[in-house]
Amino acid sequence: MSEAVIKCESVYKIFGENAKKMLQEANGNVDAKTFQENGCIVGVNNASFEVAKGEILVVMGLSGSGKSTLLRCISRLTDATGGKIFIEGQDLLQLNNKDLIDLRRNKMGMVFQSFALLPHKTVVENIAFPLQIKGINTDDSISKAMDMVKLVGLDGRENYFPRELSGGQQQRVGIARSLAVEPDIWFLDEPFSALDPLIRKEMQDEFLRLQDKLQKTIMFITHDFDEALKLADRIAIMKDGIIEQLDTPAKIVLNPATEYVRKFTEEVPREKVLLIEDVMDQSTSDNLGDLRVSKDEIIENVAEKILTQDKTVGVIGKNNKVIGSINPTKIINTVFGGRKNGN
Amino acid sequence: MEFLKKNPKIFQWLFLLIVFFALCFAIEVPETYKFIRGQAEFIKDPNQSTFVFAGKEVRYYAFDVFWRLPPLLGWLPIWINDSLFFLMNDWMPMEFWNEDTQEFKTRPLLLQISRNLTGFMTFIIELIREILLGGLETIVAFTSWDFIDANPWAELPGLPWTIVAAGATILSYKLSGKGLAIFAGLTMVYISIFGQWKPSMQTLSFILVAAPLSFIFGLGLGISAFKSKRVEKALYPILLVMQTMPQYAVLVPALVLFGVGDHAAVIITMIVAIPPMILLTLLGLRAIPPEVIEAGRMSGCNNWQLMFKVLIPTARRDILIGVNQVIMVCFSMAVISAFIGAKGLGFNLLLALNQLNIGLALEAGLCISLIAILLDKMSLAWANKQTDYFGNLSFFERNKNTIFFIGAFIIGIVLAYIGTFLFKDTFNYLFEIPHNKGISTADFWNKGVDWIFDTFFVYIKAFNTWLIQDVLQPMRALYLRMPAIATIVLVVGAGYLIGGIRSALVVCGLTLFIALSPWWDRALVTTYMATFGVIVSCLIGFTVGTLCFQSKSAAKFMLGVCDIFQTFPSFVYLIPVMMLFGITDTSVLIAVIVYATIPATRYTIEGLRSVPVGLHEAATMSGVNKFQRLTKIEFPLAFPHMMLGLNQTIVFALFMVIIGAFIGTEDLGQYILKALSDKNGAGIGLTLGICVAFIGLIFDNLIRTWVDKRKKHLGIA
Repeated sequence: MSEAVIKCESVYKIFGENAKKMLQEANGNVDAKTFQENGCIVGVNNASFEVAKGEILVVMGLSGSGKSTLLRCISRLTDATGGKIFIEGQDLLQLNNKDLIDLRRNKMGMVFQSFALLPHKTVVENIAFPLQIKGINTDDSISKAMDMVKLVGLDGRENYFPRELSGGQQQRVGIARSLAVEPDIWFLDEPFSALDPLIRKEMQDEFLRLQDKLQKTIMFITHDFDEALKLADRIAIMKDGIIEQLDTPAKIVLNPATEYVRKFTEEVPREKVLLIEDVMDQSTSDNLGDLRVSKDEIIENVAEKILTQDKTVGVIGKNNKVIGSINPTKIINTVFGGRKNGN
Repeated sequence: MEFLKKNPKIFQWLFLLIVFFALCFAIEVPETYKFIRGQAEFIKDPNQSTFVFAGKEVRYYAFDVFWRLPPLLGWLPIWINDSLFFLMNDWMPMEFWNEDTQEFKTRPLLLQISRNLTGFMTFIIELIREILLGGLETIVAFTSWDFIDANPWAELPGLPWTIVAAGATILSYKLSGKGLAIFAGLTMVYISIFGQWKPSMQTLSFILVAAPLSFIFGLGLGISAFKSKRVEKALYPILLVMQTMPQYAVLVPALVLFGVGDHAAVIITMIVAIPPMILLTLLGLRAIPPEVIEAGRMSGCNNWQLMFKVLIPTARRDILIGVNQVIMVCFSMAVISAFIGAKGLGFNLLLALNQLNIGLALEAGLCISLIAILLDKMSLAWANKQTDYFGNLSFFERNKNTIFFIGAFIIGIVLAYIGTFLFKDTFNYLFEIPHNKGISTADFWNKGVDWIFDTFFVYIKAFNTWLIQDVLQPMRALYLRMPAIATIVLVVGAGYLIGGIRSALVVCGLTLFIALSPWWDRALVTTYMATFGVIVSCLIGFTVGTLCFQSKSAAKFMLGVCDIFQTFPSFVYLIPVMMLFGITDTSVLIAVIVYATIPATRYTIEGLRSVPVGLHEAATMSGVNKFQRLTKIEFPLAFPHMMLGLNQTIVFALFMVIIGAFIGTEDLGQYILKALSDKNGAGIGLTLGICVAFIGLIFDNLIRTWVDKRKKHLGIA
């Protein structure tokens, strides 16, 4: 893993009047129930993780799990009650107001669930807004905003008002606005949750296309496990403010750490998530057939080919070198078998 | 009995009514009691009792305590008065440099502040006025009268009316387009050729100072209340009282503090116009979704940018309603403040009404209303304006409005110059049409009024007599027959049943204040007139609203009509009713009804509109017909909102009843009007105003509490 752009060390967010004091007394052992009895609500409970440059970290959790609160701590829309947050090595909680504003103006972009567009500004004015806040003059900011309009495919609608756009289009504006200042860090707070399923899929593809091009460091919040699997480099699953498991999609599906995580993985179509690499045998027996499959293929795409073989299939790595093998029965087991056993 | 068990509330209400009526019948009218008429309180009557409180002697008629409470608060107006005079004349004397006499002079601090403030206000008003009409004052302010004597050319020339008219038209075109431009042009031409130019410009200069200042202060205070809970808590009671305080009542204390004239009028107007602006700013800012604020923060806004580029534009809808209110209040006050010497249309209107010259009053009233509508629409268009970044415009296209205005300016001056030759011996009509030289339709209207009187006199008279003898007098007698204790029991009981102990205590406090003031009888008369007005207004408003709601275009039309009627200054309503019914209570009540029907209608339509579409469809699928849908679905759901309309109706009705004192009523308003010409009137005026405000607040509290509960119950909070 390359250097961490975002780094959290035991971040706590506790709502309530004497949250700070209670947190100190708890001495690192925060129990949500005890806190609730004393009138405090635990939003984020001891979150520690890093996000590497260019990585997509998806934080997944149901409503009330504290995922949005965590994001707001890292963007410092609310101040964390305890712990440390570093953005590119800078201690976020130590920044004064001016530095924080500078950081947001140049390094951070954020997309919101309800789009949060300014109702009195047109599409292009909305997108140019962060630029104008930075002090860029009208002509430059508008021309830059027009580039962003094209990037998200809204050409021809730049003079529309948000109320005249569909939900998907509004969120494209939200995305364009968050990218206008060319931030390194991109926060997305349930950006597609308010959209119809078809539009949502379209926007997810759009998001992946953009990320392919832009290579931002991303924290993406969602309550949709399928979305998390589709988009994430790594997924953090949260429950009651605690990160239950933080791992790659494949490892989460194959080895759920807790009963709670397992419930999500049960219904997942594994052939669509797992790669050959995730299920292959490390050993390379001599008794291989002629067929070779790449370790980066999704199972679904090559399953038919493998299943029609009699012999074990060789798995090749980067330089066409055989690095492992896969047996047709292994495929059948992975896809159909042993789900309830978590294997 | 089964029925009562199921509905304990009904039983409680019945019980309350029974207690109320029992008290009414049990307490006899004392023999010595009489409704105090006219100046009675100011004449020493040997039958009166006296008591001394805080060094003030209070005289009153000692009735049976259950019948009318003794006026224990009688010292309050006197005390307010003395305090005001003390503050103005004796408090904190300090040395101030006097420009005129070139020496230090000792003056009380407050007096000095007041003098400086009024001096400043007078200066801006005169500046705008002289740009429009011409004059000397502005130049004198920078130099001296000696300078003027030495240089007779030094005078602001004033703009010919053609230029102002062209300017208003071009500005309207720039802001909104052809429609408004035509309206602006016609308005200006109308004002000019009907000879109302000078008073209109005087009023306009007054508005152009008062409205922006009220807007800025209201917005500023609204923002600080939004940011700090403490400021909000401090402002809240003042806002509440000011909302229901009749505008008349503020005049008197302001008279003491700021003297007579346009400057005092501006300050009072601000006092009245700022509270609704604060409330609506606060309301708008509160309603902003948190994600929009976060989006602003994440865009890197500092606090200032967040407030002025994100929050205020997002809250624009409510803030614009605030601007609309400010403009409305300003025009309303433009008329009322003529009582304390503001010049302009209001003064002419009052004069004409005093002379019963309905035609002249009508013309002045129409002028005020037209300017009010014009300014309202212009401010609205200004706030909704958007920029076009992509139109590749030539220099001419970009600056055509400025160019046209410069053209109009030059042409106007040339015309005015030519006018000096054309109209050598008379007035230069191309510069300004003098007040008495314009076209006037006053005679026509006056003849019309005479004709109506001659033709329909019998019917009008019959109606009038019937209304007064068979409806109003008995109603008034009934209200006055209520013993004070019974009224308090009824009101407090209602408070308890609606909002529990808290509501009961608030309502009890408010009622006691009125009951212990020396004006309980008057308050009853005010309440009776307001009640009558409110009942009729609600009947009309709810019916009209419901009927209009049946068709979308009718509803839209009706809301538009309400908008326009609401822009009329309240005084204007008195003109047509005086035309028909002369100086009687009937006139006042009809004005009250017309004025108060506006909110009743508006809220009915809005309430019915707010019923979710899904419910309509569900109802239709259950097979209800139109009437069933109305009674079973729409009314119950719209009722809370309609009750808020009732609340507004009460406030509007109270306002108009008080203004009706100008025609002649025997209620609190009469005393407020009287306080205007009394040198000790400040305290009396203020206390009376608070009494009226409290009547409004009692109903406000009861209705709001009920509505909140009901909304929660229906799940539409």
